[in-house]
Amino acid sequence: MTEDAPQAVPPSQAMWLAGAKRLGSSVLPFVVVILLWQFASLFFPRFLFPSLIDVFWRCLEIFADGSMFADVLATILRILAGLAGAFIVGGVLALLMVRSRAVDNFLSPILSLFQGIPALSWVVFAIIWFHGVEFRIFFIMVMTTLPAFTFQVLGALRAMSRDLMEMVFSFRPTRIKLFRVMIAPAILPDILTAWKVNLGNASRVVVVAELVGATGGVGYQLLQQQQLFDMAGALAWTLQLVFFVLIVQGALTLIENTVFRYRAVSERAI
Amino acid sequence: MSEAATAEKAAIHLEKVSKVFGKPGTAAAYRAVDGLDLDVRPGQMLALLGKTGCGKSTIFNMIAGLTEPTSGTVRVEGRDPFADFDSFRGKLAIVFQNDRLLPWRSAIQNVELGLEMLERPAAERRATAQLWLTKLGLGGHEHDYPHALSGGMRQRVSIARAFATNANILLCDEPFSALDESTAGRLRAEFVRLVKENGKTAVFITHSISEALEIGDRIVVLKRPAMIAYDVSFDADTGQAERELIRSRIGEVLAV
Repeated sequence: MTEDAPQAVPPSQAMWLAGAKRLGSSVLPFVVVILLWQFASLFFPRFLFPSLIDVFWRCLEIFADGSMFADVLATILRILAGLAGAFIVGGVLALLMVRSRAVDNFLSPILSLFQGIPALSWVVFAIIWFHGVEFRIFFIMVMTTLPAFTFQVLGALRAMSRDLMEMVFSFRPTRIKLFRVMIAPAILPDILTAWKVNLGNASRVVVVAELVGATGGVGYQLLQQQQLFDMAGALAWTLQLVFFVLIVQGALTLIENTVFRYRAVSERAI
Repeated sequence: MSEAATAEKAAIHLEKVSKVFGKPGTAAAYRAVDGLDLDVRPGQMLALLGKTGCGKSTIFNMIAGLTEPTSGTVRVEGRDPFADFDSFRGKLAIVFQNDRLLPWRSAIQNVELGLEMLERPAAERRATAQLWLTKLGLGGHEHDYPHALSGGMRQRVSIARAFATNANILLCDEPFSALDESTAGRLRAEFVRLVKENGKTAVFITHSISEALEIGDRIVVLKRPAMIAYDVSFDADTGQAERELIRSRIGEVLAV
Protein backbone atom coordinates (compact mmCIF):
# COMPACT_ATOMS: atom_id res chain seq x y z
CA MET A 1 0.00 0.00 0.00
CA THR A 2 1.31 3.45 -0.81
CA GLU A 3 0.54 6.60 1.12
CA ASP A 4 -0.11 9.86 -0.64
CA ALA A 5 2.69 12.29 0.27
CA PRO A 6 1.43 15.80 0.99
CA GLN A 7 1.84 18.05 -2.05
CA ALA A 8 4.78 20.40 -1.43
CA VAL A 9 3.94 24.05 -2.09
CA PRO A 10 6.68 25.95 -3.98
CA PRO A 11 8.38 28.55 -1.71
CA SER A 12 7.34 31.55 -3.84
CA GLN A 13 3.72 30.40 -3.85
CA ALA A 14 3.85 29.79 -0.07
CA MET A 15 5.16 33.33 0.47
CA TRP A 16 2.44 34.75 -1.78
CA LEU A 17 -0.21 32.79 0.11
CA ALA A 18 1.13 33.93 3.48
CA GLY A 19 1.17 37.56 2.29
CA ALA A 20 -2.37 37.31 0.98
CA LYS A 21 -3.51 35.74 4.26
CA ARG A 22 -1.91 38.57 6.26
CA LEU A 23 -3.49 41.21 4.01
CA GLY A 24 -6.86 39.47 4.15
CA SER A 25 -6.86 39.22 7.94
CA SER A 26 -6.00 42.93 8.30
CA VAL A 27 -8.55 44.11 5.70
CA LEU A 28 -11.40 41.78 6.67
CA PRO A 29 -12.60 43.71 9.78
CA PHE A 30 -12.86 46.94 7.73
CA VAL A 31 -14.75 45.16 4.95
CA VAL A 32 -17.26 43.78 7.47
CA VAL A 33 -17.89 47.24 9.01
CA ILE A 34 -18.26 48.84 5.55
CA LEU A 35 -20.72 46.18 4.41
CA LEU A 36 -22.81 46.51 7.59
CA TRP A 37 -22.98 50.29 7.20
CA GLN A 38 -23.86 50.07 3.53
CA PHE A 39 -26.55 47.51 4.35
CA ALA A 40 -28.00 49.85 7.01
CA SER A 41 -28.01 52.74 4.51
CA LEU A 42 -30.51 50.77 2.41
CA PHE A 43 -33.10 50.79 5.19
CA PHE A 44 -32.49 54.04 7.12
CA PRO A 45 -32.88 57.71 6.09
CA ARG A 46 -29.85 59.43 4.54
CA PHE A 47 -29.28 61.75 7.50
CA LEU A 48 -28.86 58.70 9.77
CA PHE A 49 -26.92 56.25 7.59
CA PRO A 50 -25.76 57.90 4.36
CA SER A 51 -24.41 55.67 1.60
CA LEU A 52 -20.64 55.17 1.88
CA ILE A 53 -20.39 56.14 -1.79
CA ASP A 54 -21.58 59.64 -0.79
CA VAL A 55 -19.09 59.64 2.08
CA PHE A 56 -16.32 58.60 -0.31
CA TRP A 57 -17.08 61.54 -2.64
CA ARG A 58 -17.15 63.91 0.33
CA CYS A 59 -13.76 62.61 1.43
CA LEU A 60 -12.38 63.22 -2.07
CA GLU A 61 -13.87 66.71 -1.99
CA ILE A 62 -12.01 67.46 1.26
CA PHE A 63 -8.75 66.16 -0.22
CA ALA A 64 -9.21 68.15 -3.43
CA ASP A 65 -10.36 71.43 -1.92
CA GLY A 66 -7.35 73.42 -0.67
CA SER A 67 -9.15 75.32 2.08
CA MET A 68 -10.86 72.19 3.43
CA PHE A 69 -7.65 70.17 3.37
CA ALA A 70 -5.96 73.04 5.21
CA ASP A 71 -8.40 72.36 8.06
CA VAL A 72 -7.27 68.73 8.14
CA LEU A 73 -3.61 69.79 8.13
CA ALA A 74 -4.26 72.32 10.91
CA THR A 75 -5.71 69.57 13.11
CA ILE A 76 -2.84 67.21 12.33
CA LEU A 77 -0.30 69.89 13.20
CA ARG A 78 -2.14 70.62 16.45
CA ILE A 79 -2.05 66.93 17.40
CA LEU A 80 1.65 66.57 16.56
CA ALA A 81 2.62 69.83 18.29
CA GLY A 82 0.65 68.91 21.40
CA LEU A 83 2.13 65.41 21.53
CA ALA A 84 5.66 66.70 20.92
CA GLY A 85 5.23 69.32 23.66
CA ALA A 86 3.87 66.78 26.13
CA PHE A 87 6.59 64.28 25.22
CA ILE A 88 9.41 66.78 25.73
CA VAL A 89 8.04 68.15 29.00
CA GLY A 90 7.09 64.63 30.17
CA GLY A 91 10.53 63.29 29.27
CA VAL A 92 12.28 66.03 31.25
CA LEU A 93 9.94 65.53 34.23
CA ALA A 94 10.52 61.75 34.11
CA LEU A 95 14.31 62.26 34.08
CA LEU A 96 14.06 64.59 37.09
CA MET A 97 11.79 62.12 38.90
CA VAL A 98 14.07 59.16 38.28
CA ARG A 99 17.08 61.14 39.54
CA SER A 100 15.47 62.47 42.69
CA ARG A 101 13.03 60.78 45.05
CA ALA A 102 12.00 64.19 46.41
CA VAL A 103 11.01 65.40 42.93
CA ASP A 104 9.19 62.11 42.33
CA ASN A 105 7.29 62.43 45.63
CA PHE A 106 6.35 66.00 44.71
CA LEU A 107 5.35 65.51 41.08
CA SER A 108 3.66 62.09 41.12
CA PRO A 109 0.53 63.23 43.05
CA ILE A 110 0.23 66.36 40.88
CA LEU A 111 0.39 64.32 37.67
CA SER A 112 -2.11 61.80 39.07
CA LEU A 113 -4.40 64.72 39.87
CA PHE A 114 -4.05 66.00 36.30
CA GLN A 115 -4.91 62.54 35.00
CA GLY A 116 -8.24 62.73 36.80
CA ILE A 117 -9.24 66.05 35.18
CA PRO A 118 -11.49 65.47 32.13
CA ALA A 119 -10.35 66.85 28.77
CA LEU A 120 -13.45 69.05 28.60
CA SER A 121 -12.48 70.73 31.89
CA TRP A 122 -9.07 71.60 30.41
CA VAL A 123 -10.93 73.09 27.42
CA VAL A 124 -12.97 75.30 29.75
CA PHE A 125 -9.88 76.29 31.77
CA ALA A 126 -7.98 77.15 28.58
CA ILE A 127 -10.82 79.33 27.27
CA ILE A 128 -10.98 81.22 30.60
CA TRP A 129 -7.20 81.57 31.04
CA PHE A 130 -5.88 82.23 27.53
CA HIS A 131 -6.77 84.34 24.51
CA GLY A 132 -4.96 82.82 21.51
CA VAL A 133 -6.82 79.91 19.89
CA GLU A 134 -3.67 78.01 18.95
CA PHE A 135 -2.13 78.39 22.38
CA ARG A 136 -5.38 77.23 23.99
CA ILE A 137 -5.41 74.06 21.91
CA PHE A 138 -1.70 73.45 22.49
CA PHE A 139 -2.23 73.85 26.23
CA ILE A 140 -5.19 71.43 26.22
CA MET A 141 -3.25 68.84 24.21
CA VAL A 142 -0.21 69.07 26.46
CA MET A 143 -2.16 68.92 29.73
CA THR A 144 -4.25 65.92 28.68
CA THR A 145 -1.33 63.81 27.42
CA LEU A 146 1.43 64.99 29.79
CA PRO A 147 0.72 62.62 32.72
CA ALA A 148 0.60 59.55 30.48
CA PHE A 149 3.85 60.47 28.69
CA THR A 150 5.61 61.24 31.99
CA PHE A 151 4.54 58.02 33.69
CA GLN A 152 5.36 55.95 30.60
CA VAL A 153 8.87 57.43 30.22
CA LEU A 154 9.41 57.16 33.99
CA GLY A 155 8.39 53.50 33.91
CA ALA A 156 10.75 52.85 31.00
CA LEU A 157 13.66 54.56 32.78
CA ARG A 158 13.01 52.57 35.96
CA ALA A 159 12.75 49.30 34.06
CA MET A 160 16.21 49.69 32.50
CA SER A 161 18.49 46.77 33.34
CA ARG A 162 20.80 47.65 36.23
CA ASP A 163 23.27 45.03 35.01
CA LEU A 164 23.51 46.60 31.56
CA MET A 165 23.77 50.06 33.06
CA GLU A 166 26.70 48.95 35.28
CA MET A 167 28.35 47.33 32.28
CA VAL A 168 28.15 50.55 30.27
CA PHE A 169 29.32 52.56 33.30
CA SER A 170 32.38 50.32 33.57
CA PHE A 171 33.55 51.87 30.27
CA ARG A 172 33.23 55.35 31.81
CA PRO A 173 30.90 56.93 29.25
CA THR A 174 30.20 60.64 29.04
CA ARG A 175 26.58 61.61 29.79
CA ILE A 176 25.83 62.02 26.09
CA LYS A 177 27.32 58.63 25.21
CA LEU A 178 25.49 56.95 28.09
CA PHE A 179 22.25 58.37 26.72
CA ARG A 180 23.05 57.36 23.15
CA VAL A 181 24.30 53.81 23.70
CA MET A 182 22.20 52.77 26.69
CA ILE A 183 19.31 54.96 27.79
CA ALA A 184 17.79 55.87 24.40
CA PRO A 185 17.76 52.32 22.93
CA ALA A 186 16.54 50.85 26.23
CA ILE A 187 13.53 53.14 26.55
CA LEU A 188 12.70 53.48 22.84
CA PRO A 189 10.19 50.55 22.74
CA ASP A 190 8.18 52.11 25.59
CA ILE A 191 8.39 55.54 23.99
CA LEU A 192 6.96 54.25 20.71
CA THR A 193 4.17 52.49 22.61
CA ALA A 194 3.48 55.72 24.53
CA TRP A 195 3.22 57.63 21.21
CA LYS A 196 0.84 55.03 19.81
CA VAL A 197 -1.43 55.19 22.87
CA ASN A 198 -1.33 58.98 23.19
CA LEU A 199 -1.91 59.50 19.48
CA GLY A 200 -5.37 57.95 19.80
CA ASN A 201 -6.12 60.02 22.92
CA ALA A 202 -4.83 63.21 21.30
CA SER A 203 -6.94 62.77 18.15
CA ARG A 204 -10.06 62.55 20.34
CA VAL A 205 -9.09 65.50 22.55
CA VAL A 206 -8.15 67.81 19.67
CA VAL A 207 -11.64 67.49 18.21
CA VAL A 208 -13.20 68.49 21.53
CA ALA A 209 -10.80 71.44 21.80
CA GLU A 210 -11.57 72.59 18.23
CA LEU A 211 -15.28 72.03 18.67
CA VAL A 212 -15.41 74.59 21.45
CA GLY A 213 -12.64 77.04 20.88
CA ALA A 214 -11.42 77.03 17.27
CA THR A 215 -12.40 78.68 13.98
CA GLY A 216 -10.90 75.94 11.84
CA GLY A 217 -9.85 72.31 11.91
CA VAL A 218 -11.68 68.99 11.88
CA GLY A 219 -13.48 69.71 15.17
CA TYR A 220 -14.78 73.03 13.85
CA GLN A 221 -15.92 71.36 10.62
CA LEU A 222 -17.70 68.63 12.60
CA LEU A 223 -19.62 71.36 14.44
CA GLN A 224 -20.70 72.79 11.06
CA GLN A 225 -21.90 69.35 9.89
CA GLN A 226 -23.85 68.90 13.11
CA GLN A 227 -25.60 72.24 12.56
CA LEU A 228 -26.41 71.21 8.95
CA PHE A 229 -27.50 67.73 10.08
CA ASP A 230 -25.12 66.37 7.44
CA MET A 231 -24.10 62.84 8.47
CA ALA A 232 -22.11 62.17 5.29
CA GLY A 233 -20.04 65.30 5.96
CA ALA A 234 -19.59 64.39 9.64
CA LEU A 235 -18.35 60.94 8.63
CA ALA A 236 -16.05 62.30 5.93
CA TRP A 237 -14.41 64.74 8.37
CA THR A 238 -14.13 62.04 11.03
CA LEU A 239 -12.48 59.71 8.53
CA GLN A 240 -9.78 62.33 7.87
CA LEU A 241 -8.64 61.95 11.47
CA VAL A 242 -9.01 58.18 11.38
CA PHE A 243 -6.83 58.01 8.24
CA PHE A 244 -4.23 60.18 9.92
CA VAL A 245 -4.14 58.00 13.06
CA LEU A 246 -3.92 54.83 10.95
CA ILE A 247 -1.09 56.24 8.81
CA VAL A 248 0.94 57.37 11.84
CA GLN A 249 0.25 54.07 13.68
CA GLY A 250 1.42 52.23 10.55
CA ALA A 251 4.56 54.36 10.37
CA LEU A 252 5.29 53.67 14.06
CA THR A 253 4.78 49.93 13.51
CA LEU A 254 7.15 50.07 10.55
CA ILE A 255 9.75 51.81 12.72
CA GLU A 256 9.24 49.15 15.42
CA ASN A 257 9.70 46.32 12.94
CA THR A 258 12.90 47.88 11.62
CA VAL A 259 14.48 49.16 14.83
CA PHE A 260 13.54 46.20 17.03
CA ARG A 261 14.58 43.43 14.65
CA TYR A 262 17.14 42.43 17.30
CA ARG A 263 14.37 40.97 19.44
CA ALA A 264 14.09 37.21 19.69
CA VAL A 265 10.74 35.85 18.54
CA SER A 266 9.39 32.75 20.22
CA GLU A 267 7.67 30.22 17.99
CA ARG A 268 5.04 29.78 20.67
CA ALA A 269 2.68 32.73 21.09
CA ILE A 270 1.65 34.01 24.53
CA MET B 1 59.66 50.47 51.28
CA SER B 2 57.17 53.21 52.27
CA GLU B 3 53.41 52.60 51.97
CA ALA B 4 53.17 55.31 49.32
CA ALA B 5 55.86 53.61 47.27
CA THR B 6 54.07 50.26 47.63
CA ALA B 7 50.83 51.83 46.47
CA GLU B 8 52.60 53.34 43.49
CA LYS B 9 54.31 50.10 42.52
CA ALA B 10 51.22 47.91 42.88
CA ALA B 11 48.76 47.83 40.02
CA ILE B 12 45.98 47.53 42.59
CA HIS B 13 46.39 48.64 46.18
CA LEU B 14 43.82 48.25 48.95
CA GLU B 15 44.67 49.56 52.40
CA LYS B 16 42.48 49.11 55.51
CA VAL B 17 39.45 49.04 53.23
CA SER B 18 36.03 48.59 54.83
CA LYS B 19 32.59 48.68 53.34
CA VAL B 20 29.44 48.91 55.40
CA PHE B 21 26.03 48.73 53.72
CA GLY B 22 23.23 50.57 55.51
CA LYS B 23 23.78 53.29 58.10
CA PRO B 24 26.98 52.48 60.09
CA GLY B 25 26.30 51.89 63.79
CA THR B 26 22.68 50.83 63.29
CA ALA B 27 21.22 47.32 63.54
CA ALA B 28 20.59 47.34 59.80
CA ALA B 29 24.26 47.98 59.00
CA TYR B 30 26.06 45.12 57.27
CA ARG B 31 29.87 45.05 57.19
CA ALA B 32 30.78 43.37 53.91
CA VAL B 33 34.51 44.19 53.99
CA ASP B 34 36.51 44.82 57.14
CA GLY B 35 39.95 46.45 57.10
CA LEU B 36 41.23 44.63 54.02
CA ASP B 37 44.84 45.09 52.89
CA LEU B 38 45.70 43.74 49.45
CA ASP B 39 48.28 44.52 46.75
CA VAL B 40 48.29 43.13 43.24
CA ARG B 41 51.48 43.63 41.30
CA PRO B 42 51.48 44.49 37.57
CA GLY B 43 51.06 41.43 35.36
CA GLN B 44 49.78 39.28 38.18
CA MET B 45 46.71 37.08 37.81
CA LEU B 46 45.01 37.08 41.17
CA ALA B 47 42.19 34.67 41.88
CA LEU B 48 39.93 35.90 44.68
CA LEU B 49 38.29 32.85 46.16
CA GLY B 50 35.58 32.61 48.75
CA LYS B 51 32.13 31.36 49.59
CA THR B 52 29.01 33.20 48.49
CA GLY B 53 28.47 36.34 50.54
CA CYS B 54 32.08 36.71 51.69
CA GLY B 55 32.41 40.15 50.06
CA LYS B 56 34.19 39.20 46.82
CA SER B 57 31.82 41.18 44.63
CA THR B 58 31.99 44.19 46.95
CA ILE B 59 35.78 44.24 46.63
CA PHE B 60 35.38 43.82 42.87
CA ASN B 61 32.99 46.77 42.66
CA MET B 62 35.31 48.95 44.76
CA ILE B 63 38.27 48.16 42.50
CA ALA B 64 36.06 48.83 39.46
CA GLY B 65 35.07 52.21 40.92
CA LEU B 66 31.39 51.28 40.94
CA THR B 67 31.17 51.31 44.79
CA GLU B 68 32.80 53.74 47.23
CA PRO B 69 34.58 52.25 50.27
CA THR B 70 33.22 53.36 53.66
CA SER B 71 36.81 53.78 54.88
CA GLY B 72 40.33 52.99 53.71
CA THR B 73 42.15 53.53 50.45
CA VAL B 74 41.64 51.91 47.06
CA ARG B 75 44.18 52.74 44.35
CA VAL B 76 44.35 51.36 40.83
CA GLU B 77 47.55 52.36 39.03
CA GLY B 78 47.99 55.00 41.75
CA ARG B 79 44.57 56.62 41.40
CA ASP B 80 41.25 56.37 43.17
CA PRO B 81 38.88 54.47 40.81
CA PHE B 82 35.74 55.93 42.43
CA ALA B 83 36.78 59.60 42.76
CA ASP B 84 38.74 59.68 39.48
CA PHE B 85 36.09 57.61 37.70
CA ASP B 86 36.46 59.11 34.22
CA SER B 87 40.27 58.95 34.24
CA PHE B 88 40.01 55.14 34.02
CA ARG B 89 38.36 55.27 30.60
CA GLY B 90 40.13 52.57 28.59
CA LYS B 91 42.38 51.63 31.52
CA LEU B 92 40.16 49.07 33.17
CA ALA B 93 37.91 46.45 31.62
CA ILE B 94 35.42 44.10 33.20
CA VAL B 95 34.09 40.65 32.29
CA PHE B 96 30.92 40.08 34.26
CA GLN B 97 29.31 36.89 35.55
CA ASN B 98 26.70 37.03 32.80
CA ASP B 99 27.58 38.37 29.37
CA ARG B 100 25.69 41.68 29.72
CA LEU B 101 25.57 42.23 25.97
CA LEU B 102 23.38 45.07 24.76
CA PRO B 103 20.53 43.20 23.03
CA TRP B 104 20.01 45.95 20.45
CA ARG B 105 23.61 45.69 19.22
CA SER B 106 25.13 42.97 17.06
CA ALA B 107 28.15 41.02 18.32
CA ILE B 108 30.63 43.34 16.60
CA GLN B 109 28.80 46.47 17.78
CA ASN B 110 28.96 45.14 21.35
CA VAL B 111 32.71 44.62 21.05
CA GLU B 112 33.07 48.16 19.70
CA LEU B 113 31.35 49.65 22.76
CA GLY B 114 34.49 50.41 24.81
CA LEU B 115 36.27 51.77 21.75
CA GLU B 116 33.38 54.16 21.14
CA MET B 117 33.89 55.56 24.63
CA LEU B 118 37.53 56.11 23.70
CA GLU B 119 36.44 58.01 20.58
CA ARG B 120 38.41 55.76 18.24
CA PRO B 121 37.70 56.26 14.51
CA ALA B 122 34.96 54.01 13.12
CA ALA B 123 37.30 52.06 10.82
CA GLU B 124 39.74 51.36 13.64
CA ARG B 125 36.91 50.31 15.95
CA ARG B 126 35.55 47.90 13.39
CA ALA B 127 38.98 46.40 12.62
CA THR B 128 39.86 45.92 16.31
CA ALA B 129 36.47 44.38 17.11
CA GLN B 130 36.75 42.07 14.10
CA LEU B 131 40.24 41.00 15.20
CA TRP B 132 39.08 40.07 18.71
CA LEU B 133 36.00 38.27 17.51
CA THR B 134 38.15 36.23 15.15
CA LYS B 135 40.67 35.49 17.93
CA LEU B 136 37.85 34.17 20.05
CA GLY B 137 36.50 31.97 17.28
CA LEU B 138 33.48 34.09 16.41
CA GLY B 139 34.37 34.89 12.81
CA GLY B 140 31.17 34.77 10.77
CA HIS B 141 28.98 35.78 13.73
CA GLU B 142 29.87 39.49 13.72
CA HIS B 143 26.42 40.64 12.71
CA ASP B 144 24.43 38.21 14.83
CA TYR B 145 22.38 39.70 17.61
CA PRO B 146 22.93 38.29 21.14
CA HIS B 147 19.66 36.32 21.11
CA ALA B 148 20.98 34.34 18.13
CA LEU B 149 24.17 33.28 19.96
CA SER B 150 24.68 30.47 22.47
CA GLY B 151 25.65 31.22 26.09
CA GLY B 152 29.30 30.36 25.40
CA MET B 153 29.41 32.53 22.29
CA ARG B 154 27.85 35.46 24.14
CA GLN B 155 30.43 35.18 26.91
CA ARG B 156 33.18 35.13 24.28
CA VAL B 157 31.77 38.36 22.85
CA SER B 158 31.94 39.88 26.31
CA ILE B 159 35.56 38.74 26.70
CA ALA B 160 36.35 40.24 23.26
CA ARG B 161 34.67 43.48 24.40
CA ALA B 162 36.91 43.60 27.49
CA PHE B 163 40.12 42.88 25.56
CA ALA B 164 39.33 45.23 22.66
CA THR B 165 39.98 48.37 24.70
CA ASN B 166 43.49 47.08 25.49
CA ALA B 167 43.01 48.03 29.15
CA ASN B 168 45.93 47.24 31.47
CA ILE B 169 43.68 45.86 34.15
CA LEU B 170 41.03 43.17 33.72
CA LEU B 171 38.45 42.46 36.36
CA CYS B 172 36.49 39.23 35.99
CA ASP B 173 33.51 38.34 38.16
CA GLU B 174 32.97 34.56 37.83
CA PRO B 175 32.70 34.93 34.05
CA PHE B 176 32.39 31.21 33.32
CA SER B 177 30.15 30.13 36.18
CA ALA B 178 26.98 30.11 34.07
CA LEU B 179 28.47 27.86 31.36
CA ASP B 180 28.72 24.09 31.13
CA GLU B 181 32.04 22.67 32.32
CA SER B 182 33.33 21.80 28.85
CA THR B 183 32.67 25.28 27.41
CA ALA B 184 33.91 26.92 30.61
CA GLY B 185 37.16 24.90 30.50
CA ARG B 186 37.82 25.87 26.88
CA LEU B 187 37.11 29.54 27.49
CA ARG B 188 39.17 29.56 30.68
CA ALA B 189 42.20 28.25 28.78
CA GLU B 190 41.69 30.87 26.04
CA PHE B 191 41.31 33.57 28.65
CA VAL B 192 44.54 32.66 30.49
CA ARG B 193 46.43 32.56 27.18
CA LEU B 194 45.14 35.99 26.15
CA VAL B 195 45.91 37.56 29.54
CA LYS B 196 49.46 36.20 29.49
CA GLU B 197 50.05 37.10 25.83
CA ASN B 198 48.89 40.65 26.37
CA GLY B 199 50.61 41.17 29.74
CA LYS B 200 47.47 42.19 31.62
CA THR B 201 46.95 42.44 35.36
CA ALA B 202 43.85 40.45 36.18
CA VAL B 203 41.66 39.98 39.22
CA PHE B 204 39.47 36.94 38.82
CA ILE B 205 36.66 36.23 41.24
CA THR B 206 35.61 32.64 41.65
CA HIS B 207 34.14 30.22 44.16
CA SER B 208 35.75 27.20 42.51
CA ILE B 209 39.10 25.98 43.86
CA SER B 210 39.90 24.20 40.58
CA GLU B 211 39.21 27.34 38.57
CA ALA B 212 41.37 29.44 40.90
CA LEU B 213 44.25 26.97 40.54
CA GLU B 214 43.86 26.92 36.76
CA ILE B 215 43.63 30.68 36.30
CA GLY B 216 45.64 32.41 38.97
CA ASP B 217 49.32 32.69 39.71
CA ARG B 218 48.21 33.85 43.12
CA ILE B 219 45.15 32.82 45.13
CA VAL B 220 43.67 34.85 47.96
CA VAL B 221 41.01 33.09 50.00
CA LEU B 222 38.52 35.41 51.66
CA LYS B 223 36.39 34.81 54.72
CA ARG B 224 33.39 36.84 55.81
CA PRO B 225 33.49 39.82 56.34
CA ALA B 226 36.02 39.97 53.50
CA MET B 227 39.37 39.41 55.17
CA ILE B 228 42.27 37.38 53.90
CA ALA B 229 42.30 33.84 55.33
CA TYR B 230 44.95 32.42 53.01
CA ASP B 231 47.28 33.94 50.41
CA VAL B 232 49.44 31.78 48.17
CA SER B 233 51.47 32.43 45.02
CA PHE B 234 52.66 29.85 42.51
CA ASP B 235 53.71 29.63 38.88
CA ALA B 236 53.73 27.33 35.86
CA ASP B 237 56.62 25.35 37.38
CA THR B 238 54.65 24.49 40.50
CA GLY B 239 54.28 20.71 40.48
CA GLN B 240 51.10 18.71 40.73
CA ALA B 241 51.86 17.53 44.26
CA GLU B 242 52.34 21.08 45.48
CA ARG B 243 49.13 22.18 43.73
CA GLU B 244 47.27 19.37 45.50
CA LEU B 245 48.66 20.62 48.82
CA ILE B 246 47.43 24.13 48.00
CA ARG B 247 44.05 22.71 47.04
CA SER B 248 43.69 20.79 50.30
CA ARG B 249 44.86 23.78 52.35
CA ILE B 250 42.27 26.01 50.64
CA GLY B 251 39.62 23.36 51.31
CA GLU B 252 40.55 23.36 55.01
CA VAL B 253 40.44 27.18 55.19
CA LEU B 254 37.03 27.33 53.51
CA ALA B 255 35.67 24.55 55.73
CA VAL B 256 36.42 26.46 58.96
